[in-house]
Amino acid sequence: MGVTQILFWFLSALAIFSAVMVLVSKSPVHSVLWLIAVFFAISGHYILLNAQFLAIVNIIVYAGAIMVLFLFVIMLMNLNKETEPQKNLWMKLTGVVSGGCLLIVLISLVRQATEIKDKIALTNKGDIGLIKVLGKTLFSGYIVPFEISSVLFLSAMIGAVVIGKKD
Amino acid sequence: MSNLVYLVPLFPLIGFLINGLLRKSLSKSLIALIGSGAILASFIVSLVLFFNVKSHGGEVVSYFNFINVNKLVVPFAFQVDQLSSLFLLIITGIGFLIHLYSSAYMHEEENEHYGRYFAYLNLFVFSMLLLVLGANYVIMFIGWEGVGLCSYLLIGFWFKNNNYNYAAKKAFVMNRIGDLGFLLAIFWIIAKLGTVSYGDVFASVSKLTPTDITTITILLFVGAMGKSAQIPLYTWLPDAMAGPTPVSALIHAATMVTAGIYMIARSNVLYSLSEVAQHLVAVIGIATALFAATIAIKQNDIKKVLAYSTVSQLGYMFLGLGVGAYTGAVFHVMTHAFFKALLFLGAGSVIHAMHHEQDIRKMGGLKKYLPITHITFLIGCIAISGIPPFSGFFSKDEILAAAYEHSPVLWGIGVATAGLTAFYMFRLYATTFLGTFRGTHNQEYHLHESPSAMTIPLIVLAVLSVLGGLVGVPEVLGGHHELHQFLSPVLTSEVKHESVHSTEYMLMGVSVAIAVIAILFAINKFSKKPELRDADGFGKVLENKWYVDELYDNIIVNPLNNLGAFFKNIIERKGIDGIVNGVGRLVTYSSRQLRLLQNGLVGGYILFMVLAIVVLIFIWINDNFIFSFFSKHF
Amino acid sequence: MPIQYYIILALALFCIGVVGVLVRRNAIIIFMCIELMLNAVNLLLVAFSKMHNAALAATNAQAGVEGQLFVFFIMVVAAAEVSVGLAIIVMMYRNVHSVDVNFLNRLKN
Repeated sequence: MGVTQILFWFLSALAIFSAVMVLVSKSPVHSVLWLIAVFFAISGHYILLNAQFLAIVNIIVYAGAIMVLFLFVIMLMNLNKETEPQKNLWMKLTGVVSGGCLLIVLISLVRQATEIKDKIALTNKGDIGLIKVLGKTLFSGYIVPFEISSVLFLSAMIGAVVIGKKD
Repeated sequence: MSNLVYLVPLFPLIGFLINGLLRKSLSKSLIALIGSGAILASFIVSLVLFFNVKSHGGEVVSYFNFINVNKLVVPFAFQVDQLSSLFLLIITGIGFLIHLYSSAYMHEEENEHYGRYFAYLNLFVFSMLLLVLGANYVIMFIGWEGVGLCSYLLIGFWFKNNNYNYAAKKAFVMNRIGDLGFLLAIFWIIAKLGTVSYGDVFASVSKLTPTDITTITILLFVGAMGKSAQIPLYTWLPDAMAGPTPVSALIHAATMVTAGIYMIARSNVLYSLSEVAQHLVAVIGIATALFAATIAIKQNDIKKVLAYSTVSQLGYMFLGLGVGAYTGAVFHVMTHAFFKALLFLGAGSVIHAMHHEQDIRKMGGLKKYLPITHITFLIGCIAISGIPPFSGFFSKDEILAAAYEHSPVLWGIGVATAGLTAFYMFRLYATTFLGTFRGTHNQEYHLHESPSAMTIPLIVLAVLSVLGGLVGVPEVLGGHHELHQFLSPVLTSEVKHESVHSTEYMLMGVSVAIAVIAILFAINKFSKKPELRDADGFGKVLENKWYVDELYDNIIVNPLNNLGAFFKNIIERKGIDGIVNGVGRLVTYSSRQLRLLQNGLVGGYILFMVLAIVVLIFIWINDNFIFSFFSKHF
Repeated sequence: MPIQYYIILALALFCIGVVGVLVRRNAIIIFMCIELMLNAVNLLLVAFSKMHNAALAATNAQAGVEGQLFVFFIMVVAAAEVSVGLAIIVMMYRNVHSVDVNFLNRLKN
């Protein structure tokens, strides 16, 4: 078992554990922190897959900007363990069971699929995840979607301001 | 002649349509004029037809095919022969008199109801004429049902009184029972012979087996039982007195109830071939005659007495038919129509004078207040009692003589019944007209003789009651029995008056003597101190009509009601309604439960979404298995 | 690494996100769980992109690059979504003084 495998298993375990902790944490602030851990684990996976650009962007945008925004809102509202609304046990159980069913069904689907039986994802190799390649592709073939997404950003910003404005 | 026949029923039909449709706008006198005029016109045409038949014989006039299916052809045809022309005269003649009488009797009614009354009456005459004129059993059945309908409508004429409605319903239902027999007989004839025309049926009786003939005749007799109020279907007739009195006179005494007699007389060819049916007719007839007479003795309602007397006289007629004296029966129909119409109209005159009081115990001494009514009523009583030379004597004697030929026992019962008849008729007469007045002062003050529109029919009918018998004076009394000769082409007469004259004299003497004794006894007993108390002992049984109505109620009506209630409450309410309501309740309940799913909570919706995804993917994964499962099993 | 591992990992994260949406009532946590699901999909996209690259590298050295571009666009959309979504949550908190999604069942009536 090489370093890549060890890292893979470690990062996977960390991601799943952290994701579960997001759910079970009573305090919203803790949830946010565990979610940041998940994002870091996923960024680790990206690095394993030699997608450095996405790994960095993931950390900056998600773990950085978005989660700070979350944290900011939570603190603004002064949410904590005490104010956390609780569902009753049966509803929780139903949610867990149905989610589990979904997982089992999907996994059995994956195990049945023959097309991906012997496929592997290239780790530590390949240069498509490098910023140079991505940048060239983005600004040559995908320039229009890129510009549209900037318009999307602008409208989202205006929308957020309008919605959040105290009327 | 044939181009006149259709006019006979057409006039009353036109009268019915005019009076029925325009009853709100026509004045009373115009309504009476149209109603009576239509019948008078019919009567005149009937007279023409009668004399034509007398000189040239009968014929069948066919108009169009009423039913034309495969091999069965039922023509709409009229048969004018000796029998039907005689009935035509009776119906239109007496019908006209009663229309005339009604115009005064019903004058207190409102305009609209007055018109309705005459419309019904005209419709009745139309139906009755159809019944008599029809040249086959189907046309007869149309008229048969028509008169039943009119009877129903007229019994319930005062429909605001619920008891009258019940009486009407009872009459209708009882008649339906009989009609079923008639219908079955028609079906049987069609099945066996393929035709219903009298001529064809009677010509081909040889094709029928004795069993067929017996069945057909008995079924026909069941029809006659219903219409002519014989045991066991007689109970509707006394209740039918709920209708206006002229209606009772016309429908429930003179004409409609004799339809059964007419039918059997018309089918005499068949009856002559079936000894069983003849015996049955005779036995039922004499039993009804005696039974009804016993009931009549204790009745206190003037119309009820006459009603039971009618039932009794109808029994006589059936006795005549049963012993083969068809002429005698028809003769009695005729004379009975005269004197019973007279009696009913007289009773109507009394009731009119007494302001709708019908209880004879509250009358008495009306002789001096109502002279014309009194005289005519007395004539009617004598006629029905069979005192020579009044009409009832000849017809009744002919039937009794024929019965004697057949069996002395029948004769004995017949004579006893005749005695009872004389007794109760004169009990009625004496209680009503003799003695002292027992009503209120107010009634006494208002007592008056009826207007001439009512007394003229009485006088005419009284004359007919006296002289009507002369058309059938038997040879033994030096007559020629012209009616017998007249009817001989259509009525088989197997009974020959072979008996020696001395026997006939003896028979007449006995019956007349019994009648006279009964009359004297009744006048003696009731003119001075009429029975005012309610009867007790055996009299109570008679007063309550042998409790036959109660018996019917208990053995037929109540079980049927209970069955109906069972079906209504258990099958309908619990079963059918239960299923329907159950389905509705299930839908309501399940939708109420389903409504809870729409709780507006996002989490719930997502949960279902997830579950649906699970199910869909599961199906997708296992599609091969599932599809093979379905294709294998469905 | 075999692609199944990545798929199963992504599915696990995704399903955890689904369960989170189902069991939590705090709107912000639900929102976070949606982010988690998005990230699971991102991971899967990257894995597939590398899988394609491995399979087609012989003919096209840049095969599978679109997958990573997609992830990039998803991040863009997610950032926009978060800004608007959080604005809505703030708005909601201002109106009902709660972030409990069950308070938002007014549509029922």
